[in-house]
Amino acid sequence: MKVSELSSMFKLINAGDMEREVKGVFCCDLLSVAMGKAPADSAWVTVMANVNTLAVASLTDVSCVVLAEGAVLDEATVNKAREQEITVFSTEEPIFEAALRIHG
Amino acid sequence: MVNVSYDLHIHSCLSPCGDNNMTPANIAGMAAVKGLDAVALTDHNTARNCAPFMAYCEAYGIIGIPGLEINTAEEVHAVCLFRSLEAALDFDAYVYEHLLKVPNNERIFGAQILMNDDEEETGREPNLLINATDIAFDDVWGLVRERDGVMVPAHIDKSANSLLGQLGFIPDGSLFKTVEVKDLKKLHELKRNHPYVNECQIISDSDAHYLDAVHDNSLTLLCEHKTIDGVIDALLRGPLYEN
Repeated sequence: MKVSELSSMFKLINAGDMEREVKGVFCCDLLSVAMGKAPADSAWVTVMANVNTLAVASLTDVSCVVLAEGAVLDEATVNKAREQEITVFSTEEPIFEAALRIHG
Repeated sequence: MVNVSYDLHIHSCLSPCGDNNMTPANIAGMAAVKGLDAVALTDHNTARNCAPFMAYCEAYGIIGIPGLEINTAEEVHAVCLFRSLEAALDFDAYVYEHLLKVPNNERIFGAQILMNDDEEETGREPNLLINATDIAFDDVWGLVRERDGVMVPAHIDKSANSLLGQLGFIPDGSLFKTVEVKDLKKLHELKRNHPYVNECQIISDSDAHYLDAVHDNSLTLLCEHKTIDGVIDALLRGPLYEN
């Protein structure tokens, strides 16, 4: 699946490389755990919405971030996502449902 | 009693997110320019720039308090302050042992620069200091008190990395009597939602990562003495009267 296909499931907050492959889903809200465990090219679903989320996304090279439970980035963080070309989606759905949708 | 103007939560260039101009000397100098009586250096999970910081504070005639901002297992941030450099460095060693070690990527997180008393870089910390430790929030108070220091939950009104943001509540059996609030306008709401805050002394610090963010001297703390001990004791004491 390509990142662009997630646009039909979630609200697009920032578009990075939409042509990247999504190889699996990863769910975690502790950044310290995600930092060591998030597989590259996965879609990372989390409720943690701050600038460190982007740093961890960049470090682990996930293909995109999906903010669940209506978590929102402030404007400065959205700008940072734009600068770093990290694709970010948001959804009102809980983490499990959001991940299941991608997995399905 | 004496009013002590303060800013007790400041990051130096040793924090990856701290601007490289946040050298210990520059922070002490800026604090002096702003007319502050007491400032604390609280880098993420480390006190290893505190020695030059305290030396420069002394040179500028202000109170320099050694400390660090711990990141707990729950990713809650708390300011930990000590009466002496030795106590701060002892806690620093304990925290470093418990830090989840991930190599720092300077390009993403920024440099972690160690400084000496002569304003020179002496090295760079290789492991990412903003990462969490495996120390539980509930254990921090005891660990800091063992070293005769004080723990103040950081920016509890912020959604990211705060006690209330991460846990959603103030744990039963909490012993801290001072909390740090970023936006004092939210205080009434905080007190309504979390009655424990009514029993606490409220402080507000800059959490400065850039020099110009260091607070001016408008906020003060009532202390017995204008010394490190005076400030630590005031934070341990809590509110003098009903908030």
